[in-house]
Amino acid sequence: MTLHCAVQAVRGEFTLDVTLDAAPGEVVAVVGPNGAGKSTLLRSLAGLDACTGDISVGDMDIGGLAPHQRPVAWVPQDGALFPHLSAIDNVAFGIGGRRGRPEAARWLSLLGLKEHIHKRPRQLSGGQAQRVALARALVRRPALLLLDEPMAALDVATRTEARRTLRQHLASYGGVTLLVTHDPVDAATLASRVVALDAGRIVQDASPAHVARAPRTPWLADWMGLNAFRGRASGQAVDLDSGGRLVAADAPLDPAGEVLAVVPAHAVTLSRVQPHGSARNTWPVVVRELVATGSRVRIRCDGHPAVVAEVTADAVADLGLAEGVDAWASTKATEVTVVPL
Amino acid sequence: MTRRPPISLAVAATVGVAFLVLPLVGLLVKAPWSDLPSLVTSPEARTALRLSLECSFGALALALITGVPLAWLLARRDFPGKALVRALVTVPLVLPPVVGGVALLFAFGRRGIFPLHIAFTTWAAIAAEAFVAMPFLVLAVEGALTSLDQRYEDVAGTLGAGPLTTFRRVTLPLVGPGLAAGAALAWARALGEFGATITFAGNLPGSTQTLPLHVYLQLQSGHPDAAVAASVLMLAVSILVLVALRGRWRVSRS
Repeated sequence: MTLHCAVQAVRGEFTLDVTLDAAPGEVVAVVGPNGAGKSTLLRSLAGLDACTGDISVGDMDIGGLAPHQRPVAWVPQDGALFPHLSAIDNVAFGIGGRRGRPEAARWLSLLGLKEHIHKRPRQLSGGQAQRVALARALVRRPALLLLDEPMAALDVATRTEARRTLRQHLASYGGVTLLVTHDPVDAATLASRVVALDAGRIVQDASPAHVARAPRTPWLADWMGLNAFRGRASGQAVDLDSGGRLVAADAPLDPAGEVLAVVPAHAVTLSRVQPHGSARNTWPVVVRELVATGSRVRIRCDGHPAVVAEVTADAVADLGLAEGVDAWASTKATEVTVVPL
Repeated sequence: MTRRPPISLAVAATVGVAFLVLPLVGLLVKAPWSDLPSLVTSPEARTALRLSLECSFGALALALITGVPLAWLLARRDFPGKALVRALVTVPLVLPPVVGGVALLFAFGRRGIFPLHIAFTTWAAIAAEAFVAMPFLVLAVEGALTSLDQRYEDVAGTLGAGPLTTFRRVTLPLVGPGLAAGAALAWARALGEFGATITFAGNLPGSTQTLPLHVYLQLQSGHPDAAVAASVLMLAVSILVLVALRGRWRVSRS
């Protein structure tokens, strides 16, 4: 069901004013600096914070409903599992308690938690707790799923695994997902669309690739300083759909799996002559566009692959970089993150 | 190696412990152990005990029914005059119980501003005990609610639980320890209540003469053995109920 919302909320000096439509199955990453209103937006949609305006899901107007009457699930940071209930009773809470246990057990095994269903939250690892929280939300088949930094509490190693789980389940989930995140990799790998908030307003609403290419605010440029390439893993390397090949330091890779190779823009170096350094990935490019953001310059280059590099203004001057100039792009294998799709 | 405390502090603390324990030792040493069975089963003592249990649990029920919602409002909602209400809740803690009794008399007594015609009845004893016991319950539950992460209640709401279901299935279990502690304190305070009871409810055997009043009366009328026996009884009942309450709480959690 389609989400349509036009909400306003006032908190002292701060005003949230957001209009947003999202199609069924769409995953929208909600990003922005601290205090931009991301959590307030989610809490307003869930009915937990007071707001004015319209919220509708499908043809159902939910703006005036109490939280428990809305077809909305909300997963706060670290999941907030009920500490006095076991994993299975946490999941069964929203589907009739005891009566919902069989369905809850089914969802928990689906998420690989068969052995842990009778554990209390304090006996679960961060990644397991996050999966229980996801199951607890999805088991109610909500029309709107609100995830508030679902992976913020996890360490880096667990995060990759959790991201894969989340991606898998969001793909088969038919409702609208709003995902607040601070991690650009989440936005690039989980979301089809990025909605950037600043001071309570939407400053950009575009695909992750577009935001990476043309960020509308310095904060976004800083934050989304990423190149993301689709491709197919082959051994240590990734054959990119757009042509070209990137070597990654981190093995093993699923031999024939579809992946996203992510390279931060600041990790891409440009030079005028072919470099012979330690960088494992080097390819010729043509400079197409330069955008200054503060003391740094984002340089969009065509090539195989097309890439965005972020360098200092000094480097631009030293290298004589300008539109149409031929150059070499290079990046170290250690800078390439490979995310299975 | 454990660090030894400064000698002056250790001495003062030991004196403090002795001050708390010696009266209990005195009570147990002076108790007429051979006559105890007949003394505590005397009709007067049994009546007083039954009445004390009825009144203290009645007061606890009254405190729970009105105090838990009050604590929830204080912890979870903003309303005009909240600071004043919170201050008023603590008044019975600092008010001399006799003054509380007089106040109750002029509020709910025959010539009070809300004449309920309960003065000098068992209801008056219950009211007097609830009046002094309520703050213990409200403060404990409010404290537990304030330190409870509100996101649990928020999540319960988004999982389809209405406010009452959320309160019953999430809030109550999570503030359980605080609630049990508050209830135990409130009940103990009600059981020992003397000043407000004798002022508002009088000292009528069978209807308002609770155990503390009974003890005092026996002591005054030259029956120290009966007084000590009733005191030992109260000590035993308090310990018993506290242990039972603790046990029940454990069972309901597992």
